[in-house]
Amino acid sequence: MKTKNKESILLGHGSGGKLSHDLIDKVFVKHFSNPILSVQTDSAIVSLGQSKLAFTTDSFVVDPIFFPGGNIGKLAVCGTVNDLAVSGASPLFISSAFIIEEGFSMDALEEISETMAIEAKKAGVEIVTGDTKVVNKGKCDKVFINTSGIGILDKKYLNISTGENIEIGDKIIVNGSIGDHGMAILSARNELNLRSNIESDCACLNHLIKDALEVSDEIKFMRDATRGGIATVLSELVKDKNYGLVVDEDSVFVNENVRGICEMLGFDPFYVANEGKIIMVVGKDDADKILSKMKENQFGKDAAIIGEITDKHHGKGWINTEIGGKRIIDMLSGEQLPRIC
Amino acid sequence: MKYIDEYRDKEIVKRIVANIKKISKKEIFLMEVCGGHTMAIHKFGIPSLLPKNIKLLSGPGCPVCVSSRKFIDQSISYSRLPDVIITTYGDLIRVPGSTSSLNKEKAKGADIRIVYSVLDALTMAQNNQDKKVVFLGIGFETTAPSSAVAIFNANKLNLKNFSLFSSHKVMPPAMKALINEGVKIDGYIAPGHVSTITGSAIYKDIAEKYHAACVVAGFEPVDLLQSIYMLVKQIETNDYKVEIEYKRVVKPEGNLKALKMLDEIFYLRDDWWRGLGILPKSGLGIREEYARFDAEKVFNVEVEETREDKGCICGEILKGLKTPKDCKLFGKACTPGDPVGACMVSNEGSCYAFYRYKS
Repeated sequence: MKTKNKESILLGHGSGGKLSHDLIDKVFVKHFSNPILSVQTDSAIVSLGQSKLAFTTDSFVVDPIFFPGGNIGKLAVCGTVNDLAVSGASPLFISSAFIIEEGFSMDALEEISETMAIEAKKAGVEIVTGDTKVVNKGKCDKVFINTSGIGILDKKYLNISTGENIEIGDKIIVNGSIGDHGMAILSARNELNLRSNIESDCACLNHLIKDALEVSDEIKFMRDATRGGIATVLSELVKDKNYGLVVDEDSVFVNENVRGICEMLGFDPFYVANEGKIIMVVGKDDADKILSKMKENQFGKDAAIIGEITDKHHGKGWINTEIGGKRIIDMLSGEQLPRIC
Repeated sequence: MKYIDEYRDKEIVKRIVANIKKISKKEIFLMEVCGGHTMAIHKFGIPSLLPKNIKLLSGPGCPVCVSSRKFIDQSISYSRLPDVIITTYGDLIRVPGSTSSLNKEKAKGADIRIVYSVLDALTMAQNNQDKKVVFLGIGFETTAPSSAVAIFNANKLNLKNFSLFSSHKVMPPAMKALINEGVKIDGYIAPGHVSTITGSAIYKDIAEKYHAACVVAGFEPVDLLQSIYMLVKQIETNDYKVEIEYKRVVKPEGNLKALKMLDEIFYLRDDWWRGLGILPKSGLGIREEYARFDAEKVFNVEVEETREDKGCICGEILKGLKTPKDCKLFGKACTPGDPVGACMVSNEGSCYAFYRYKS
């Protein structure tokens, strides 16, 4: 090794919050820097002849690998499909690479693969390539999966991933309840001896997004609110911008059982991970039209307008709290829960 | 959700705020000394609802924040011993020590595990007889009883591999010390959880001798605002006393069983508080009879010389003399992702709450 960096990797570097961003900037962007990467959106947008492609990759290390509402395989397919779909692309092909611990149950591997096939079929994507590695017992925890995906992007959606066309007055939509995935994983772990009936919201959202794009050309930004929760997406959305945003806490739907566990353990649902939720910024005149279209889809039935882009407090997100007070939204710092996806 | 929604009712909140505005004339400073209150006040945006003449200060109510750097350094020394498992509540592992942190030691291979209860640490000791399990005990009268129970049970089970490193503290000496130091405090939003254990009599001196209003408050917005109303009323009428707003949980006499357990295991000793220095009889040491469960007696380690960060004003912030905004490091060199001072680490710390919820 040529360079000397005395720091070590901490769990927080994988949280998706501030430490992850720092790591990406200070190590990966430094070495890999190029114009496509530096945009840092969910998917890279690349040109191939006349076509625009969206290209993304994601690794899954969730613990436990089976949880209410899904398993690591479903998460892997949905995560990659959603990263493509929120860029405005139609997902087409995905890869799947497995790193498996020696001694892992063949039956479990079958179940994971079967789930992946079902989800891929539902989403209309094909798993076209893959890789398998096995490591000594104890050198990885059961199974880790990496998936990459490619989708085709209509040029008129080129600015969705960067949100360049966002204007003051635009409405912010979320497609349903928040915090389900994080709290489902937490309760599925035995550490807390918690029993709940919370299911992960893990789902492929490409059809929901397609429906919305079909009724309006005024969808200006989309991002899936995974690690770091909707708070992290909302704060990134306005960071360094010449507009701000305001969200009404009352309008954000949190399932009662999720809220209960959050209250008990001191989690803020705004910061808890989701795997089937997108934040969408849309033109104000089209907001109702988009909303009612989304409500027709099972993954959008609880969709709601939760706030808007404002001319006040540029670069900041504010919440009107449930009691009528005000507070700021910031991105997640440190780790809330490791190995959530 | 029952027991929550009724305490977050917008109409009730509006009514209490109107009542506060009606009776509040003087410029007053109210301090909360419980991390749970700090968090709730900012999360619900309480300051944005109050008239400008009522200032809310955050005091030394976050256990992680008031613990000394030496405590962290010594915990790090324990973590470097062979066959030792360090168990702790989550926040503590990110607190910077003089040259390292438990988090960094964990990344280097130390066996450091986050537990949600000290009793989990006890179970871990039972299940790992070949290891020595050390629990880092932080917190006030709220968490100290469960540490006491852990030692009590460890003794009953005759466990040879469990010990507690106590940084447990008691709250009233700090509340008095702040006023003695000249910090302007007209009233205390007295801690709800601490008082559940101790009862409300421990604040009698503070109200009567130090003339600070005292109201034991709950953690929901209606609780906090009602407590602020009661404090304002005491201050405006010069009628200083101890009142309990959080009556559905706190009894004047406290939890006698828990108090007895505390007394069985711990004795009061002088202890160091960030920002306040050494306060007489403010810490809980483990009694001689239970010395075999006292990490300080069980292990003999060298601890590096304590180095404090230049520029960090956690101490003054904990005293309410300064706010996070006054700190040059705040939000720049010191963020929750990469904290310099302890107040930025815990989600009960005032810098953290201020950073995340700036209301």
